[in-house]
Amino acid sequence: MRYLYYPGCSAEATGKAYDISTRAMMGKLGVELAELDDWNCCGATSYFSVRELDSFAVAARNLAIAQKQGDEDLCVICNACYTTLAKTNRYMAESTEVHEAVNGALGAVDRAYDGTKAVRHIMDILVNDVGVDAIGEKVTRRLTGIKVAPYYGCQYSRPMGDFDDPEFPTTMDRLFEALGAEVITDFSGKAKCCGGMMMLTKEEGALRLCHELLKGAQDGGADVIVCACPLCEMNVEGYQPRVNKAFGTNFDIPVMYFTQLVGLALGADPKQLAIDKQIVSCDRVVAAIPA
Amino acid sequence: MPGGEKIRICQQCGTCTGSCPTSYLMDWGPREIIAAFRAGMIDRVVKSNTIWLCTSCYSCTVRCPAGIKITDLMYELKRLAIKYDLVPKGGKGPAMTKYFVDSVHKHGRNHEVELMAKFMLTRDWGLPFKFAGTGLKLFTAGRLPLFAKNIKGKDELDKISAYLDAQEAKAL
Repeated sequence: MRYLYYPGCSAEATGKAYDISTRAMMGKLGVELAELDDWNCCGATSYFSVRELDSFAVAARNLAIAQKQGDEDLCVICNACYTTLAKTNRYMAESTEVHEAVNGALGAVDRAYDGTKAVRHIMDILVNDVGVDAIGEKVTRRLTGIKVAPYYGCQYSRPMGDFDDPEFPTTMDRLFEALGAEVITDFSGKAKCCGGMMMLTKEEGALRLCHELLKGAQDGGADVIVCACPLCEMNVEGYQPRVNKAFGTNFDIPVMYFTQLVGLALGADPKQLAIDKQIVSCDRVVAAIPA
Repeated sequence: MPGGEKIRICQQCGTCTGSCPTSYLMDWGPREIIAAFRAGMIDRVVKSNTIWLCTSCYSCTVRCPAGIKITDLMYELKRLAIKYDLVPKGGKGPAMTKYFVDSVHKHGRNHEVELMAKFMLTRDWGLPFKFAGTGLKLFTAGRLPLFAKNIKGKDELDKISAYLDAQEAKAL
């Protein structure tokens, strides 16, 4: 099994551990990732706010490169990158005007894109291509007794809804159940918003959202919150002290990229999974996994 | 905007406002924005704080019974606000948006540290103090690389924009 791989900008900075653990986890599963050549930023939500056609064209430069590089599907790990790239595909398919404008712009840099490259979220690949049963068979350290709050975030299955329910996603629940973890399947915040960039532009609003998420995880008795997006992870983990200050709470909940916890179950070393890069120490989670 | 014409069939049910995690902070909720927009009050709509408080969570979009892409509508309104310079003075949302796109054009990728530094210097001096403890931990964990990596084809992004600007000018 082989995929083209789009890490996204956060994977080079605050979300570095997501990239590192993705590569290690996929290695354990025998899935080959070929990084996309000279990829650029997808544009995220900001580019849509400035110029519309440019945002599609900038995103499509990556898809044009992917089309040239190989026939494999494009594996994306960040929710925002996934939605931006998949949305570009959808709008190019829905509107010939967008399709033509994007290709006109790509033509100016000697590129072309026919709109057919499949953009896949890494969770979609794990659950639907590799399969939870196959992953379960490769487990060397079952996550018995670990209570997991699966945090999917917004742009995971919204608005595309291609591989999971937009309101009540369950793919990650199924994955962790197959690894032997105790999943809080009714975690109230599973598909709620962390505030995203609003953490910088209107902090009180984003802190309130993170407070609700953390409270939901705590009420469910979570040992760890697992994320599928670097922005969610940053807000829910890095801002716990700010949430505590604003709401008089005492949150100290470990937060991991889901790839880190899957990697542990597959027998990867915590160091290989960059678990030491987490702000809230995950040592107690690692120690609680039965050897 | 593909599908933009659907705004005509909004029946003002308010599902969007009820689903919005930040509507309580808004001058007008998304339902009111659509009503005002259709009533021709474009100026007030574009100047509202609403559009800058949308986090792009798409809850309204997936729930709207009329299939209106409300998140996309908010993007369109932000674009109008920027185009006609109707953004709030000293606004943090518009600044963040602009710096992000600048960073992408400069390097080909968003350099998070540069983005945060620029934002801090122009919009939020207090940020380093509020965030000091966590910032230090992020830095020591290697999660805040100081130097940006440029992609080889970064000039392509400027060329893409220049081409689309020229096309737009031609169409006018």
